[in-house]
Amino acid sequence: MTAPALAVEDLEVRHGAVTAVRGLSFEVGKGEIVGLIGPNGAGKSSTLHAIMGAVRPTGGDVRVNGVSVVGRRAEDVARRGVALVPEGRRIFAELTVEENLRLGLAGRRSRDGVAEDMRQVYDLFPVVEEARRRKAGTLSGGQQQQLAIARALVADPEVLLLDEPSLGLAPRVVDLVFEALADIRERGLAILLVEQRAQRTVAFADRAHVLSKGQMRLTLGPESAGDTDALVSAYLA
Amino acid sequence: MTVAVLGIDWQTLADAVGLGAIYALMAVGIGLVFGVLRLVNFAYGQLVMAGAYALAFASERGWPVSVGIVLCFAVVLALSLLMDRIVFRPLRAQSPAVMLVATFAVAFLLQSIALLWFGPLGKISASLATLNQPVTISGVDIRKIAIVATVLGAACLLVLVLLLGRTRVGLHMRAAAMDFRTAELLGVRAGRVIGAAVLISGLLAAVVAVMLTVQTPLVTPDFALRDTILVLAGVVLGGMNRLVPATLGGFAIGFASGLLGGALPTDQSQYLPSFLFAAVILVLVIRPGGLFTREGQQAVERV
Repeated sequence: MTAPALAVEDLEVRHGAVTAVRGLSFEVGKGEIVGLIGPNGAGKSSTLHAIMGAVRPTGGDVRVNGVSVVGRRAEDVARRGVALVPEGRRIFAELTVEENLRLGLAGRRSRDGVAEDMRQVYDLFPVVEEARRRKAGTLSGGQQQQLAIARALVADPEVLLLDEPSLGLAPRVVDLVFEALADIRERGLAILLVEQRAQRTVAFADRAHVLSKGQMRLTLGPESAGDTDALVSAYLA
Repeated sequence: MTVAVLGIDWQTLADAVGLGAIYALMAVGIGLVFGVLRLVNFAYGQLVMAGAYALAFASERGWPVSVGIVLCFAVVLALSLLMDRIVFRPLRAQSPAVMLVATFAVAFLLQSIALLWFGPLGKISASLATLNQPVTISGVDIRKIAIVATVLGAACLLVLVLLLGRTRVGLHMRAAAMDFRTAELLGVRAGRVIGAAVLISGLLAAVVAVMLTVQTPLVTPDFALRDTILVLAGVVLGGMNRLVPATLGGFAIGFASGLLGGALPTDQSQYLPSFLFAAVILVLVIRPGGLFTREGQQAVERV
C-alpha cells in the first residue's frame, strides 16, 4: 500500500488560548480533489498554514508521501513538493509576471523540465503568458489569481493547497479557475481546496469535509451537492 | 574656472560627486539589509571603522597597499557575518525597535573595543594618500580620489543592479524585501537571502572604508560615525523602503554635504550638519514618503 500524497492526522493548532483546529484527520490521494469548507473561523486557513509549516501545530501529524513534515520550515515543506496558493493571491505586484513565475521555481526539487512545466502552465493560463513582461500589479484580480496558481504549479508540486481561490472573482473567472483545477487533477496532483463556495465545492470535489469550530462535522460526496439541509446543519453545528 | 551660478569651483563639484558616490554605497549597504531584515543597522559605520583600522594597522607596519586592502575586506566581512550570526539572526523574529536598539549596542561595543585596543588618539592610514593628489583635466585640478570614488561607486552600483536584476539570488532578495513570508512559502531560502544581503552589505562597507581613509587618514574610534548618521538621514530622505530611492538619497546628502563644505567659509564649517539636517526636515515635511519615491507609492504599499 502506498502512502497518500497528503495525510493529516489528529491535527491540533492553537493560537494562544484559542484552539483553531482540533483532532482533524483526512487524506488527499494523487489525482484527488478534497474540499475543506465551513464558516469563517472554522479553522480552514489554520489547517493549510499548519500543513505548510507557516504555523507549528500543537499536536498531530502531517505527512507528505508518508514522510512527516511537522516542525519543518515553510521553505523546506515547499521543497518537499507542497505548493500553496495563498489567500489574497500574494503575488509580487512590483515584479513582472515572469519574475513571479521564476520565484515559483524556488520550490522545485529538480531543475530538469523547467521549460516543459512553464509551457504547460502557459497553455493552461494563456493570459499569464501574454502578460509575462508586465508588472504583476497591473493585472486584474482574475489574472492575478491565475498567476498565483501558475506560480504554484511551476514548482512541480505533488500536493497543491489553495486558500479561497475564488474569493472576489467574477463568476466567469471562477469557472475558469475551477476548470483549471480539474485539468490539474488530471495530471495526478493531490489538491486540497479551501473554499467559501460550499455547494460548488461539494459538487466539484471528490469529497468535501465540513469544518466548524476547528472540528470536522461532516464529509460529503458530490452526490450530496443538492442536500442543502445537511450542509446548513453542519455549518450551524 | 567656476560654475557661474553658485560660485562653486569645479574641484569642489568633483569632490562633492565623489563624496556622494561613497555615501551612495553606504546607503545601499544599509538599504539592502533593511530591505531583507527590516533592520536599520546603526552599527554599519563601525564596520567601516573596523575596516579603516585594518588599513591603518597595515599602513603603520609598512605593509603593501594591496595587503592592507585585503586585510580591510577580511576584517569587515568577518565582522559582518559575525554580527549576523550573533545579533541579527537570533533577533529576527523580534520587533524592528528591538533590533534597532541591538544595533546601537553593537555600535557602541565596537567603538569601545576600538578605544581599548587602539586608544583615543587614532592611527594614521597613509598608504593611499597619493590618491589625494590632483590630476589636471582641461585646466581643472581634480583630486584622484574624487575620480576613483565616482568610478568605483558607479561600478559597484552597476554590478549590484545586474546581480539583483539578473540572478536568481537577486530575484529572491528582491522578493524577500517585498514580502518575506510569501517568499518563504514559495521555497525561497531565507537564510541564504539574508546571508547574501549581509555579505554584499559588508563588501560595500569595506569599499567605503578604503575610500574614506583616503579622505580622512586619521582613524579614530568614531571614524565614519558622522558619515553614517548623514547617510541614514539621506536614506530616510530618499525613501527607506526602496533601494534606488535610498541610494539616491545617500548620494544627494553626500553631494550636498560636499558642496556646502566647499561653499561655507572654513570658520563656519561646524554649521554644515545643521544646514543639512534642516534641509532633511524640510524635505520630509513636504514629502513624508521620501524625495525619490513616486506619488502614491507609500499608500500602495500599506495595502
